[in-house]
Amino acid sequence: MKIHEYQAKDILAKYGVAIPRGEVANTLDEALEVAKRLFSGGAKGVVVKAQIHAGGRGKGGGVKVAKTLDEAEQYAKQILGMQLVTHQTGPQGQKVQRLLIEETAAIDRELYLGIVLDRAAAKLVFMASQAGGMEIEEVAAKDPKAIHKVYIDPAVGFQPYQARELAFALKLKPTQINDAVKFMTGLYKAYIETDASLLEINPFITTKDDQLFALDCKINFDDNAMFRHKELKELRDVAEEDPLEVEASKYALNYIKLDGNIACMVNGAGLAMSTMDIIQYAGGMPANFLDVGGGANQQQIEHAFEILLSDKNVQAVFINIFGGILRVDTLATGVVEAAKKLKVKVPVVLRLEGTNVEEGRKILQESGLKFQVGSTMKEAAELVVKAAKGVA
Amino acid sequence: MAVLVDKNTRLIVQGITGREGTFHAKGCAEYGTKVVGGVTPGKGGTTHEGWPVFDTVHEAVEKTGANATVIFVPPPFAADAILEANEAGLPLIICITEGIPVNDMVKVWSVLKQSKSRLIGPNCPGVISPGKAKIGIMPGRIHKEGSIGIVSRSGTLTYEAVFQLTQRGIGQSTAIGIGGDPIIGTTHVDALKLLNEDPETEAIILIGEIGGTAEEAAAQYVKEHVKKPVVGFIAGQTAPPGRRMGHAGAIISGGQGTAAEKMKALKAAGIHVVETPAAIGETMARVIGR
Ligand SMILES: Nc1ncnc2c1ncn2[C@@H]1O[C@H](COP(=O)(O)OP(=O)(O)OP(=O)(O)O)[C@@H](O)[C@H]1O
Ligand SMILES: [Mg+2]
Repeated sequence: MKIHEYQAKDILAKYGVAIPRGEVANTLDEALEVAKRLFSGGAKGVVVKAQIHAGGRGKGGGVKVAKTLDEAEQYAKQILGMQLVTHQTGPQGQKVQRLLIEETAAIDRELYLGIVLDRAAAKLVFMASQAGGMEIEEVAAKDPKAIHKVYIDPAVGFQPYQARELAFALKLKPTQINDAVKFMTGLYKAYIETDASLLEINPFITTKDDQLFALDCKINFDDNAMFRHKELKELRDVAEEDPLEVEASKYALNYIKLDGNIACMVNGAGLAMSTMDIIQYAGGMPANFLDVGGGANQQQIEHAFEILLSDKNVQAVFINIFGGILRVDTLATGVVEAAKKLKVKVPVVLRLEGTNVEEGRKILQESGLKFQVGSTMKEAAELVVKAAKGVA
Repeated sequence: MAVLVDKNTRLIVQGITGREGTFHAKGCAEYGTKVVGGVTPGKGGTTHEGWPVFDTVHEAVEKTGANATVIFVPPPFAADAILEANEAGLPLIICITEGIPVNDMVKVWSVLKQSKSRLIGPNCPGVISPGKAKIGIMPGRIHKEGSIGIVSRSGTLTYEAVFQLTQRGIGQSTAIGIGGDPIIGTTHVDALKLLNEDPETEAIILIGEIGGTAEEAAAQYVKEHVKKPVVGFIAGQTAPPGRRMGHAGAIISGGQGTAAEKMKALKAAGIHVVETPAAIGETMARVIGR
């Protein structure tokens, strides 16, 4: 699960990690109030920051530094409500619904700190780099040696000597080392206690008067751990998610919206991914990823169908099922019922294999509905691509 | 001979009194696996579907002589269940549970990597040696005894591969579902090593997916050690970056873990890489001359 920068900074503050003074604003009026408060509290300037879940906001024009209240107003007007386009949003951009208004910091150096899982090592890795402000992937590609890493033993956790090692690698001043250890230890604690899956401070800055701040913060949480973090669930902002994905999540369906026009319904994540692949291989474009799982019941299949069909781009549906535990006849019954109920207008192509496949095919044939059945995955993919083009 | 599971396997089921545990304990037993009991804390001393239930894994092992366990415990308690099985000294621990927090698995792995026990999974369908034994949730009837070894991160894709082989009259030695999570007990390389050293396994199917670098490591291993023919497939060639495709581990992050990179690595290692799962069976048939 993703959260906004302002929410991530609230978490940091709880762990004693220094952040600039600032507040979130949902309206222009609120933004102005916050800016006024900051200026009258002695701020030399304020930063107006778009709050969207995608990265690359600054480059897209979603982060502006204002020296005066007038300027702040101008920027807030500009950014609030805009479609912010970054390398992570896609060309349509993401609508900015909130701003973070923050006091400017007197930046001396811009650095980077991050914690992620290293899958191969099966350990958390704490990374530091002097190339703050740059995307870490870019640094990793250009100059991997510029990223300093320490691996954390889960039995003892992140140790002060490891924090010092990172601080020295960042060439922090001797007077900053103790603060840096506290800062990094706070980050690690926040990561562990919130069951994060990513925590990045980019930039992590030093100021002219030797203080340390987190100027930007990104935290993602492990979806599998949300059961033990009721309080974090409330941070979810569904406005940032695709409406169909939000709908699917209500029925515990694993659905991801894509840009193509062939909807797919599949059981199993691996098969669902390769169904997308085989559609593309046959010359079409998948409209979604959908794994209905091994234990899908008729209701779930109906909901899944409904969600697939409410995607306006969809011209055809591909149902690719390998009946293992989920028997093909059970699935076929579900599909027939759902198709009748929803009065499906687009062509539906099925490829069914596995347990009770004969019974399943019979149910489809006797339903009176016009399903097309491919005998192999490849043939079915070719059929559905043709159907979507209106040639079948 | 097969690997990991066979006629000598004596299986206990952790979470045997639950819905999933009950259903699949029966499924394994029906297939011919020796299921010798189960563990559900608090229900020790009772019997369930004819099997003795114990409070602890330690006691279950002591009383039944079990040498393998399969875990159907819900995600919040699954890491604990794995550690308990390890402490009891079970040589083979197969965890089916999907949805274990990754930080729990970091801790589990720091203990397991120093242990003699082997963990398969989590978030996997289990292991089957057709005609001998199955531990897991795969449909037994699609399998056929034979000489193709399979290692896969995906359950349904394993079934696809098995089915295509069986339809062609080609049997399998052992199919190992290693699981779709970012941290798993047995990696592609570990499973390849077992299958490579198994005299009954003549050729290997390796199924991977986006996320991580385990397939690249597997390619390296094949290049250096494996003389048997290998057919490979990678799922997720059209997956968008930054999105988790169903499996917790199936995510392209920071430009790493793409299907293209993995396919390139497999090809460079001399593996017969197929573009779609539909081609796995026919390609294997061709490669082994059947
Ligand atoms: N409070 C602040 N004071 C001074 N400068 C700031 C402040 N906040 C941000 N900046 C400047 O703006 C730059 C971009 O801000 P930030 O890192 O928050 O956004 P971003 O990295 O572009 O967004 P994203 O996280 O979406 O990639 C920083 O590198 C820093 O130079
Ligand atoms: Mg930034």
